[in-house]
Amino acid sequence: MLEAAWLIPAFPLAGFLMLVLFGRRMGEPVAGWFATAAIGGSFLSTVVVFIGLLGEDPSERFFLQKIFTWIPSGTFSVDLGFFVDPLSITMCLFVTGVGSLIHLYSIGYMHGDANFSKFFLYLNLFAASMLMLVLGDNLLITFLGWEGVGACSYLLISFWFEDPANASAGKKAFVTNRVGDFGFMLGTFLLFNHIGSIRYADVLTSHISTGTATVIVLLFLLAAAGKSAQIPLFVWLPDAMAGPTPVSALIHAATMVTSGVYLLTRLNPVLAQADPWATSVIAWLGAMTALVAALAAISQTDIKKVLAYSTVSQLGYLFLAVGVGAYVPAIFHMVTHAFFKALLFLGSGSVIHGMHDEQDMRRMGGLAKLMPITAGTFIVGWLAIAGVPPFSGFWSKDEILLFAWNDNKLLWLVGFVTALLTAFYMTRQVILTFFGRTRFWDATAGEIGEAFDTIAERAQAKFVAAAEGVTVASAAVDKAKLDLDKRTGAVTKAQTGLEEATSALAASSEGADGYDKLVRAVDKATKGVPKAEAALQKAVSKTAELELAVEKAESAIAETQIESKQAASISYDLPGDAQYVTAFSEAPDITAVADDMPDSYRHRQEYHPHESPWTMTAPLVVLAFAAAAGGLMNLPFTHKLHFLANWLEPSLFANEVHVSTSTSGKWMLAVVAVLGGLSAIVAAFAVYLRGRGDPAKIERKDLALAVTWDSVLAKFMGGPGRALFDGASWFDKTFVDGAVNGAAAAAQATGKGLKPSQSGLARQYALFITGTAGLIGLWFVLRLVAS
Amino acid sequence: MTVLSDISLQAGHLVQATLFAQTTQPVATPTIEWLYLAPIIILALGGILLITLTSIAPGARANHIPTLFTVACGMTGLVFLPVIAGRLNNLVSDAAASGTAARPSVNLVSSALVVDHFTLWITGLICVAVILVALVLDGYLGREGLECPEWYALLLISASGGIILASAEDLIVSFLGLEILSIAVYVLASLHLRRSDSQEAGFKYFILGALSSAFFLYGIALVYGATGSTTMNGIARSMEGLNAAGLSPAKNSSMVMVGLAMLLVGFGFKVSAFPLHIWTPDVYQGSPTPIVGFMASAVKVAAFGGMMRVFLIAFGGTFASDWRLLVMGMAGLSVLIGSFLAIVQTNIKRTMAFSSIAHAGFMLVGMYAAASPSAAGDSGRRAVLFYLLAYTFMSIGTFAVITVVGRQGDGDHSIEAYRGLAKREPILAAAFAVLLFGQVGAPFTAGFFAKFRVIAAAAQVDETGGYVLAGVAMIGAAIGAFLYLRVVVAMFLDDTPSVAAGLAHAAVAEADGAGGHADAPDDVAVSGDAVLVSERVLVSDQALDVPPLALGVAVLAAAVTVLLGVFPDLGAGVLAEAALSLVR
Repeated sequence: MLEAAWLIPAFPLAGFLMLVLFGRRMGEPVAGWFATAAIGGSFLSTVVVFIGLLGEDPSERFFLQKIFTWIPSGTFSVDLGFFVDPLSITMCLFVTGVGSLIHLYSIGYMHGDANFSKFFLYLNLFAASMLMLVLGDNLLITFLGWEGVGACSYLLISFWFEDPANASAGKKAFVTNRVGDFGFMLGTFLLFNHIGSIRYADVLTSHISTGTATVIVLLFLLAAAGKSAQIPLFVWLPDAMAGPTPVSALIHAATMVTSGVYLLTRLNPVLAQADPWATSVIAWLGAMTALVAALAAISQTDIKKVLAYSTVSQLGYLFLAVGVGAYVPAIFHMVTHAFFKALLFLGSGSVIHGMHDEQDMRRMGGLAKLMPITAGTFIVGWLAIAGVPPFSGFWSKDEILLFAWNDNKLLWLVGFVTALLTAFYMTRQVILTFFGRTRFWDATAGEIGEAFDTIAERAQAKFVAAAEGVTVASAAVDKAKLDLDKRTGAVTKAQTGLEEATSALAASSEGADGYDKLVRAVDKATKGVPKAEAALQKAVSKTAELELAVEKAESAIAETQIESKQAASISYDLPGDAQYVTAFSEAPDITAVADDMPDSYRHRQEYHPHESPWTMTAPLVVLAFAAAAGGLMNLPFTHKLHFLANWLEPSLFANEVHVSTSTSGKWMLAVVAVLGGLSAIVAAFAVYLRGRGDPAKIERKDLALAVTWDSVLAKFMGGPGRALFDGASWFDKTFVDGAVNGAAAAAQATGKGLKPSQSGLARQYALFITGTAGLIGLWFVLRLVAS
Repeated sequence: MTVLSDISLQAGHLVQATLFAQTTQPVATPTIEWLYLAPIIILALGGILLITLTSIAPGARANHIPTLFTVACGMTGLVFLPVIAGRLNNLVSDAAASGTAARPSVNLVSSALVVDHFTLWITGLICVAVILVALVLDGYLGREGLECPEWYALLLISASGGIILASAEDLIVSFLGLEILSIAVYVLASLHLRRSDSQEAGFKYFILGALSSAFFLYGIALVYGATGSTTMNGIARSMEGLNAAGLSPAKNSSMVMVGLAMLLVGFGFKVSAFPLHIWTPDVYQGSPTPIVGFMASAVKVAAFGGMMRVFLIAFGGTFASDWRLLVMGMAGLSVLIGSFLAIVQTNIKRTMAFSSIAHAGFMLVGMYAAASPSAAGDSGRRAVLFYLLAYTFMSIGTFAVITVVGRQGDGDHSIEAYRGLAKREPILAAAFAVLLFGQVGAPFTAGFFAKFRVIAAAAQVDETGGYVLAGVAMIGAAIGAFLYLRVVVAMFLDDTPSVAAGLAHAAVAEADGAGGHADAPDDVAVSGDAVLVSERVLVSDQALDVPPLALGVAVLAAAVTVLLGVFPDLGAGVLAEAALSLVR
């Protein structure tokens, strides 16, 4: 039965290859079902191997399966082989088990995605890589898997790469992990240099000097800190939430991120030979990560970001456990964490799916009624992570706290505070998401702003129209005034004409030459004057009319100015996203702008959050059972109930620390932990459901050190770091590429120089050959003479 | 054949006297073990039958029947190999049971030929080459309108000559094999009747080949004169002072030396090692492309087979120290000159010709190590045999792609023709890329381990010269990367060239030709390529006609290249046996 071990990674690998070839043709949903079947087959093979291993005597539970010799190179020989032992099979069981459920879930979640089959192709490749990592019989195979899962993580985070933010999140994960991988490689080199082998069978049984072991442990710690998102390399994990939610659940919560812990656990004999301070470094690094990430989780508003920081925090717990020599609790919590964290992520995915891709918890609330299955299972996950007995998280977390107490009381305190914070922020999440008023339909500040923008725009348009009216009217007035002047001139002219004519007539005498003419002229002028005067009168009244119009237009401008000023002044008086919400906080009043709300708001009013399809809820239910009952694996009451501890014993080489705390002390610790957790839950209920206290005072940005570190790092990388990279790039371009290009140019020049020797003439070639024959003959003869 | 072998067995008597004696006495007919001869007989007889039958039944000329027939002959030859190997191993176990330890080898036809695991390895490679080249030839002849069975018949006969050359126990038989191999290839080179290039190539190859054969024959004569023997064992014995004629070899060593030099010229010509490579670019450029694939694979395999037998067995003892240094020099210069000159070519067939010179250089690096009496000798022999295996697949695959891209007329061989190939023919381009990476010697390809092993063997010799040679080979490999990657880049980065780009290229090339060595034909070829470029602009719109068989060969070759790169120890046992056969 143990011989089936190779099937475990072979199933998803075959699935991957088939999907590469035929994935597109299979399409939706066949590709998804196919991939699920592949990982399911892997799970069944794992179960078969597991049963086979159970059948062996505990001391015989090792099995090496060599597929072929991969790199035969003198004394350095690497096999493609598998190392089957309780530890690796435990990992395989939950990787394939949880993996199968997440594959199934993805069929529903990825429904309608353009790259449906590609998604499953990556998932299967990930599963194959992860299983290689876990099952490899030497560090190189593990590294192969290590890089494989890293590559898949990159591909899946940036799965929706059309959005640049997703693509850069993928890059961030990849680059950050490179730092850790460097440690992995150096650690491997050092191990090989020291014991001449990288096979686990040799590594785990060799004696290593304390100094070397310490350095090796620290190098592998760097690797593990990268992959498992510990201080200072955790920054990629919150960003990794850009990927599809099943990916967050599978890779960035349940499996890949635990591989650092797996690696350290696997190498427990090396840890045991290292200086004690090295393991203390692991424990403190884990404890600080747990605390810092938990603090950051409290102020997150994105449903997945909370879970991301929570994952970082829980991984810190695992490091804490490994650091204090609590390998069994570490694996125990790793498994239960895989259950409840996968459950929580998938639940959040179901919420996001049902909420039309909404991830902001301030826009949720009251979903328990709309999504009963999701809510019910999520609550189970919450109780598990909050450490409420008898859910699985309680048992595993309590074990870790016990070992921490046994090692260092300060470590216990950090762990305990983290547990309180965890209970608090998870309760906050559950309340904001599932209880209280459904805030989904509320207008957002953005939408209200948009409405105000619409109003302001309208006012502005009015103003512009009025201003234009003023301009036109003023021009008309000017024109009318000009006309008026003209008319006035005409009247004056007419009057002077009349006067002149009259005086001329007086000077003349009747019968004189032209007398009649003058009489006619006077007559005409006398008639012209009143005509001109009438025209003048008309012009005057028209001018007055126009001036009135200008006045009117000007007053209209003033009016619109007031209007748009008003619009600008009231726009942000309404509550918006910047404000903290509790479960029952009021919806913003939008009556003032109701007619002008944007389309996004209108469309949302027609949409109803709904429960997800069965392919998504079925895995939730299964995981909820696992998260609830996972504690049965390792109940603390009697030695016989330590199933997991007994099972893992052969893999740990008696490196598990023995706890010296008395039974009553253990009970005390458990009671303190439970009471602490419950009080944190109660506090969260008070704040977020009852509205006691101001959430803004609790969700302090200055406590979210993790977020601060992220932005500091980003600033450094964008500033001085960038200059450094540019410098390195310049060096590379100038000197390295210069050398390469120079060599190429030199080669080309040499070739050109040699070219004329190929003349193309047969007789010259013949001469060349004959000459060569002569030279070769001469060489031999000369040698003869010389000897 | 029989007569001559008998003569050599009775070395020491006067030749004339022996001949005279035989005219009066009944000739003892040697017993012939037909099974061991099966591959040679199948190939040679197959060639003759093919010509005969297609003359009787003209209908059989078309419809791929000659291709099928040739492939069947090659396959049958391959099928016999495990049978013969089984027989050989039985012989050894029988011998071991009777208390006499011996290597698995059988002398045939009065010691004219020897069949051992080495023979089988070479035979296998030649049969594979025949099969693959025939498959490429099928589409090629159809496209060029040259369908006739003679191509295949010559291919088969040439292959049988190659096996004879590699399995000859007697130098005269070596010569026979060499000629059977070569003459058929001379004809094949000029068989593209409508291309004057092809005629020229065949003619040049023939003239220069005849010259080198003359040297070879003269070398045999001198060696015979000095040692009184033409058999490998006889010469080797004589070298160790067991001269049948009672002459000490030292007394005749100047004669042996000159004879050795002449033999080296003959083999150096066939494997196209510097400075006897001089014919290679012209012949490769002009010959029909699938035939170039055959030259680069089967001819080279056979020539190296013959060379290893003659130089490692007959001259492997005391004299090895004399020729090893010379081979070392030829190896290093072949690698460097081949790589350098390959870079400046604009015609891909010429590029590959120089590349094949560089590859011959790498194999000679292995030969240098193979002659070492230390453990490096075994590494070197194995390295050369592995190199032959890898290079057979890589070169035939490469020339299969070049055949396809050459389009009708077999003339579209500028590197420009490969622009944007990845977009138009993704599978073909992918296979070609793999094959080129293989030739570069990139990890995870057969080429990597081939180069790695010869270089490692040279270093293992642990002499200053060995280290220098290993270093030179590494430099050559680095230069080589540039030339292959150039083609890969053209395939994947650039799309079909614009008219303007084509014309600009032509102008530049012509200016180049006018400025430098205007009268040198090589530069004429360059401007010829440039004209081709501008023509390409016109033909690039036409879809490339990819025969499925040729595509299959390219893909298969690429697959084997990767397979051997990932599992370099496939068939390691057979390889080790073959290498051991050369130790006597």
